[in-house]
Formats: sequence, C-alpha cells, structure tokens
Amino acid sequence: MAVNAENLEQLAPGFGARVVDSFRRFFDGDVFYSFRRSPITIVAFVVTMMLFFASFLAPWIAPHNTNDVASLNLMNAELPPAWMEVYGVQGSAEFPLGTDNQGRDVLSAIMFGMQISLLVGFASVLLALVFGTILGLISGYVGGRTDAIIMRIADVQLTFPAILIALMIDGIASAVIQGAHGAEVSFVVLILAIAASQWVNFARTVRGSTLVEKNKEYVQAAKVIGIHPIMIMLRHVLPNVTGPVLVIATLSLALAVLTEATLSFLGVGVPVTQPSLGTLIRIGNDFLFSGQWWMTIFPGAALVILVLAVNLLGDWLRDALNPKLR
Amino acid sequence: MAQTPVLEVRNLRVEFPTRKGTLVAVDDISFHVNEGEVLGVVGESGAGKSMTGTAVINLLEPPGRIGGGEVYLDGRRIDNLPYEQMRRIRGRQIGMVFQDPLTSLNPLYTVGRQLIETIRTHTDLSEQGARKRALELLAEVGIPSAERRIDQYPHQFSGGMRQRVVIALALCVNPRLVIADEPTTALDVSIQAQIIALLKKLCHEHGAAVMLITHDMGVIAETADRVAVMYAGRLAEVGPVQQVIQQAKHPYTEGLMGSIPKVGHHTDRLAQIEGSMPRLTEIPNGCAYHPRCPKAFARCFAERPDLITQGATDVSCWLYDEELQRVEAHG
Amino acid sequence: MADFAATALDKSQNRQTGGAGAMESGAAAQPLVRVEGLAKYFDVSPPLLTRVLEGQKKAIVRAVDGVSFAIPQGKTFSLVGESGCGKSTVARLVVGLYRPTRGHIEFEGTDLASLRTRAQMAPLRKRLQMIFQDPYASLNPRWRVADIIAEPIRAHKLMDDDRGILRRVGELLEQVRLSPRDGEKFPHEFSGGQRQRISIARALASNPEFLVCDEPTSALDVSVQAQILNLMKDLQRELGLTYLFISHDLAVVYHISDYVGVMYLGRLVEWGEAQQVFGSPRHPYTRMLMDAIPDLEMTGRQRIPVAGEVPSPIDPPSGCYFHPRCPFANERCSAESPMAIPVGSGEVACHGVEEGRI
Repeated sequence: MAVNAENLEQLAPGFGARVVDSFRRFFDGDVFYSFRRSPITIVAFVVTMMLFFASFLAPWIAPHNTNDVASLNLMNAELPPAWMEVYGVQGSAEFPLGTDNQGRDVLSAIMFGMQISLLVGFASVLLALVFGTILGLISGYVGGRTDAIIMRIADVQLTFPAILIALMIDGIASAVIQGAHGAEVSFVVLILAIAASQWVNFARTVRGSTLVEKNKEYVQAAKVIGIHPIMIMLRHVLPNVTGPVLVIATLSLALAVLTEATLSFLGVGVPVTQPSLGTLIRIGNDFLFSGQWWMTIFPGAALVILVLAVNLLGDWLRDALNPKLR
Repeated sequence: MAQTPVLEVRNLRVEFPTRKGTLVAVDDISFHVNEGEVLGVVGESGAGKSMTGTAVINLLEPPGRIGGGEVYLDGRRIDNLPYEQMRRIRGRQIGMVFQDPLTSLNPLYTVGRQLIETIRTHTDLSEQGARKRALELLAEVGIPSAERRIDQYPHQFSGGMRQRVVIALALCVNPRLVIADEPTTALDVSIQAQIIALLKKLCHEHGAAVMLITHDMGVIAETADRVAVMYAGRLAEVGPVQQVIQQAKHPYTEGLMGSIPKVGHHTDRLAQIEGSMPRLTEIPNGCAYHPRCPKAFARCFAERPDLITQGATDVSCWLYDEELQRVEAHG
Repeated sequence: MADFAATALDKSQNRQTGGAGAMESGAAAQPLVRVEGLAKYFDVSPPLLTRVLEGQKKAIVRAVDGVSFAIPQGKTFSLVGESGCGKSTVARLVVGLYRPTRGHIEFEGTDLASLRTRAQMAPLRKRLQMIFQDPYASLNPRWRVADIIAEPIRAHKLMDDDRGILRRVGELLEQVRLSPRDGEKFPHEFSGGQRQRISIARALASNPEFLVCDEPTSALDVSVQAQILNLMKDLQRELGLTYLFISHDLAVVYHISDYVGVMYLGRLVEWGEAQQVFGSPRHPYTRMLMDAIPDLEMTGRQRIPVAGEVPSPIDPPSGCYFHPRCPFANERCSAESPMAIPVGSGEVACHGVEEGRI
C-alpha cells in the first residue's frame, strides 16, 4: 500500500517528459498516420506552409519593399512578367511577375498583401472562435431559455449572408467614426465584421458537441463530486469539443481570407496604403481589359491557391478527427 | 455421423490488416451445426464470436477478410461464392436476428410490407398469398392481433415485439440456418425469457439449424443443445451444453462458470479469473489463456493446443493431451 | 448548518486515520440513508407551440412515484427492476443530480433538500459518491488517470501539496488493485474492467461513506464482473462503505445485497432482506422476475412464461400498476393502488398479499 518517495519521481515525470510524451503520442497517433497516407494533404500542407513563410517573412525575403512609396519608380510601371514581351515592352528579371501601374513589383505586392490578408483572417477567426465557443458552451450546457436566446440570435444572423453583415458593420462603423479613422481603426472594423459573420458556425458546432458531452457520465461524475458548473464547462466539456472547433477554424480561415478579399475588392476593406490580396485584385482589375492581366491574375491565383490549400487541410482534418470515417 | 451438418466450418480464420500488422480476430476454428440443433457460441467481448457469425454469412466489414478455411452449407462450399450468389443464399437459406431489432427493420415501411416483400422476393407467392403467410408468421411469433399490427410501423412496436417481428422476418423463407447474434441482450429479463422460448420452439418446428451467439451463459443454458466457448479468437471447448456447463473441461470455461453469480448459492466471493482477455495485438504464444490459467505448465507457454476429444466434448487444452495423461497414470 | 459541516469534517478526518472505526460507531439504530416518499416527474411534453397547434396534451412521466426505503450503515441496499422502472432515477436523485418532485432524502438525519447552495452541499458531497454504468463514458478521455482520481481531492481541497495528492492517488490505485504507475496513462489505454476500477478509485478519493452504484457491472463481461463485485465487497469490508446498488441482474443483486427493493413503473413493490425477497418472494412481480432468471443448473424446471410487457410510464394502468400482467389480479387491483404492508423484515405493496390470497 505504501507509495514511497523514490518512485514518486516516476509517477510524476517532469514537464519536458510530458511534452516529449505528447509528441510521441501525436506521431504515433491516427491523425498523423492519416496525414502520411494522404498525398493531397501533404501537398496542401507544404503549399500552405510555403505561402505562410513567404508572406510573414516578406519584409526580409521580398525582392522589393512595396510599402515604401519612395522606392517606387513610375519608369517601371506596367512591366509584364519577366519572360514576356507585351506591346513591345520586355519584362525585367528585377520584377519576376511584372509591375503594376505605379511600378510596384507584383510578386512583392502579393507577398505583402497575403500577409495582410492572413493577419486579418487569423485575427477574425480567433475572435469568432473565442466568442462562438464560449456562447456555444453556455448555450449547450445551460440549456433552457439561455440556449433559446443565443440560438435564435444565431438563427437570425444566419439568414443574412456573411458578406452583407460584414458590409453592414463596416458601413455603420465608418459612418460613426467618420473622418478620424486611421488605418488601425479600419483594420479593427474589418476584423470585427468578418468575425461577426463567423461566430455562428462555432457556436452551433460547439453547442451540438456540448449537448452530447454534457450527458456523458464523466460530466455527471464531476457534478456528483461537486465541481462548479463553470469549471465543468472549461475543464471537462471544452477539451472534448475542440476537435470540431479546429476543423471549423481551419475552414473559416479560408473563408475569412475570401471575405476579406471580397470586402477589399469592393473597396470597404483595408486601407489602400496597405493593400491586401483583395485590394491588389481590385486595382489590377481596372487594367484587365487593357491587356495588363498580370496585375490581377497573379494576386487572384495566389488567393485561390491559398484558400484551396487551407480548405484541403480543413477537409482532411475533419475526416481525420471523425472517428466514424476512420 | 452419417447426416450432413447444415453448417460446417473448417479452420476458419478472420483477419484484419492494420497499419501495425495483421490482426487475427478468429483463429483457426472448426465446428458444425446439425439440423434442428441450436449451437450456442459463447465468449466475452472481443472473443471473436460475432466475427465468426459475420464471416459465416460473408458480411465482414472491410478491411476484415476471411484469411483461410472453408464454410459449408448443406455440404456446399459458400465462403468463396461471388457476391451475387452469396446474397441469394443469404436471402433464401440463412435467416439473421441481431441484437438491435431496429437495425434490421426499415423504419419507413410497415412491418407487413417488409414481410411480404421478403416472402415475394424469395418465393413465387402472390401478394395475397404472401400477406396470408405474413399474418401466419406474425401469429406464430406471438404477436397479438396480428391483423391490426401488420400495417403498423416498427416504431409502434415495443423492443420485445420488434424482436419477434425480426424473428418472423428471419423465418419467413424457411431458412436452413438461423444466425442469432445476441438476440436478447437489449431486452429485459422477462421479455428475454419469452424470446428465448420462442426462438427455440420455432427452430425445432422448422427444422432449422441455429447458431446462437451470446455472452450470456444463462441464455445458452436455456436454449442451446451444444455450446462452443470462444476465447481470444480461438475455440476453447465445444460440447453438449449440459456437460460444458456442469463439468467444464477447459480451465477458462471452468473459471467463467465460477464467476457467474447464482441466485440461491450464497458465496461471499465469486471465483475470479485474474487479468483480462488479451487484445488482438497482444495474444500470447502457446495457449492464449496461459497467462491467466491457474493450471498452466511449460507446454502451454510454448505450444498452441488443438482440439482434443474427451468423450462428447472437444477441448483445446494440454491438460487433456494423451501423453500427459499417460505420464500421470504411470507416475 | 455550520455544526453539521463541522461534524462532517470530523468524520472524514476520522476515516483517514482508521477506516473501520466509522462502521462500529455507526451501528446505532439510525440508518445512514433514508428515503421517504421520493418522487420525480419529468415533463416530456412536446414544445408549447406544437401542443397548441396539434392539440396535444402535456405528457408527464412519473419516473419515480413515492419510493421509501432506508439503508443501515455498512450495508448494501439494491434496487432491481426492468428498464424504465425508475431505479436509475432514484440513484440520480439520491446523489443530487436531480431535484426530487416530492419526498425527502436524508443522510444521517440531514434532509438534502435543506441544502440549497453548492457551498452547503459541499461537506456532504464528499461523503456520498457515485459509480456509473458505462466505463467508457464515465472517465474524461482527455485527462490522465491521476488527474481523474485527484479531482475530488482537489475539488474539496482535502490536500494541497502535489506530492501528497500524488501519493494518495497511488494508494487509491493500489486499493483498486491497479499499479500507481497507471496514473500517468490515459483512460483509452485500459480495458473496461480496469476503467471501472479507476471509476471506483475516483469515487473513493474523497473518503466517502456512501456509494451509489448505478449498474456498475452491466457493461462488463462476466469474468470481469466477478472481479469488480469481489473488489466492491472487499472495499465495503475494509472501509465500512454503505452501498445503494442499482441493477437489472437478479443474480448480481442476490450476490451483493443485504437488502433488496423491487421496482415496477416507478414504485417499490416489495423490499426486504435479500434472503427473504429471494427465498420467499411475495409480490407476483417479484415472483415473475425470479422465474425469468435463466436456469444455469439445468434442472429442466418448467418455467411459466411471463405474459405481457412493461406499460409506458406516461400512461400507466389504473390501480396497481402491475394488474394487467398479474395472474392474481381482481377488481380491487384495477381500481385501487395498494399500500405497502409490513411482511417479515420488509414491506410488500399488493392487495393479494394483504388479503391473504397470495
């Protein structure tokens, strides 16, 4: 019966050992196995990682700093991609994917633009995730009237298209804080707008999973022990509903990037001084019919590849985390 | 035995290829069921008893597959038949009763529709004739006011009544073999007794062979003529039910019988088998039961025993090996 | 209320030093747990809008409808019955997972209904714990076993240094015949029987006196069931535990119980000492249940097949709920609900027994 001090150390391995242990579990586990077995997922993962690196390391690895207006030279405007000659103008190796009407390097602009797009995407998904998860947890766990109120709000919101909500919030916000709104404010508004259009997904999914989990006996056991309901929600239910949340977060990231691009394309998104992918597409769009297609096609292709890769990852994650399909 | 058994299984092996190697869920088991006989297949969860049942009717869920052995129905080999032929045999000659009656009934059709459809697919009765047959069957399985209930949907029946409908469905084509997989597990004790009695009566009357798969020794004792005890995908013992239950030969069966509490026998402690059945990934060498066996000796660790005939019972245990018996007789 | 909390604290400290003391001192006449006229109704009506539109009535399930019993310290009281008879609802009422519609639950003379807040409940919580049916659902899959078992200790602040808690968890694991090393693992690494041991270890972590066991072995194989039943009996002896044991398996109930109550459609039809209820059952329903037990002895005993099925608790029969299935029923049975009358060490609620017909 005695558990003496020596073997206590074995009973409680240190933090490092636990981390190593969880890594071993991960690489040994079914999720990693299904990842290894799916070539499309591996490609999507590699592409996503490359795009992430390219955009977040843009200040260091991009050939030009497109945010630095002083470095722009109108002499370089409207150059085609390096390997082409359009209207007698030969592309330059200095600008691999050509330049826009102000002489901005398209490749660098894409890298910086994607950084903005991703930042807005991550921030809005994080916001939607936190709010949606909390509301979903409360709704599912508490039930009754609280549940009805939260879910009816969600239902009403779902009847409006996401873009419309984002447009509305953006419109209202810019009307309210007229004039004095700098770049930061418009970023915040944009993130809020996208998050507002996405929290419902999280809330509904978390609520559904919570309804399942809260009737499981381990939650009842915690009630019998006398754990506070908030602690039950956080420590018991929450860890068991993270799977679907992760999937939705991934898919929402793709959606958020798209929404941001759409808003920016419509001109209500990020300020023109810090162009995102959507802004680039809009600017390029004006030149599409005059033959300078590279200004809009390349940012557009970058957006498509990014969204597709992230979506493929999300789809795979959904299958990998769904025990029924395994 | 001159009579050809209805079902004969020889050296059946069921495998599951996984990324960590091939798991053997059913490992080289042989048994037979005669006409009008109920063979109980008993074992704890993971012993491979349900797997054996699904392998016999060739309905293993992929990636599971038959890795060896032969299955004969009335002397005809059926384990290697193409899907379409096997499907026809399943429909006409094999009836199935599962644990959850809801999974065997289509919730969108009335009970009568499902019975008539099945009867008409496999016989050349007219709609009228099939309906008459369906009514007879419902009455036979003890559903009161069958005339009224034939046009009701499965959800309007209670669990016990649903299981009766499933039995009627299984018997409606006069099958040669009925496979009943835990038919009473989801039911209450009082209903359980009714269904057991019904199953037994009907099979004797219809002359079908029954393979009754269950974890419940009580059900076996009430219903089966012979019983096969499975452990870790292997047969431990096959024999007449009375012998297996009252004079178990295999140490596992003995332990199992001792661990069942019985009303009327007051004991302070139940006999208990230490440990638990090995997972499929870690089945030990030699006899699969040796780590838990109180009577294990050197040979059990190294060599896997085959079935050894002991009177009417076949038992796979080295304790009954002739050599050992001879040594003991002399020493 | 404060002095109640103090005695509760005393008690639990007592028990940490010497477990058996509680049993001897508690041998007084007062039962540890007393349940009086307990009832729980569930509203299962469709939503208001549907009711109005489709003209449906309110539907009330009387899951438990006036159940009374008492459990002496250190003994096992079992509730047995078919599915839907309300036995699990009684278990959940007793541990406070549900609030009763009517009736009282007393623990050492304290009415649980008088403890309104969580803070008031806390001292009692640790003295009364529960073991669940499904060993796969009763442990949080994301937690390590040591954290699962330590949860009651941390929740009730029974200890605050981590080494002490770890040592206590190791002891508990050994108490349920597992290894202290198992604390580092996750639940999925264990078999059903081992998980049920972990469940028991968690229930024991706060040094409870009273355990409510809701079908603790019905999801287990027989050989594992024997291990768990033996363990529960050993623990009862070692720690002087009192059990409320819920099961549908009469043989298991016979094996583990000192007292047995038979439930039918939310009512207790018969209760008494196990030997008496099993040896000479009086209520026709008890007899029917006894008759339905499969005969492992293979004596070839002729069994009278049981007629009928359990009616829906939403719309129970009039009078004695059992009368439509009862071979002894008469007009009085279909009109008038029977009162419990003392028989031997227990009670039976049956007109036939009262009138001496049965």
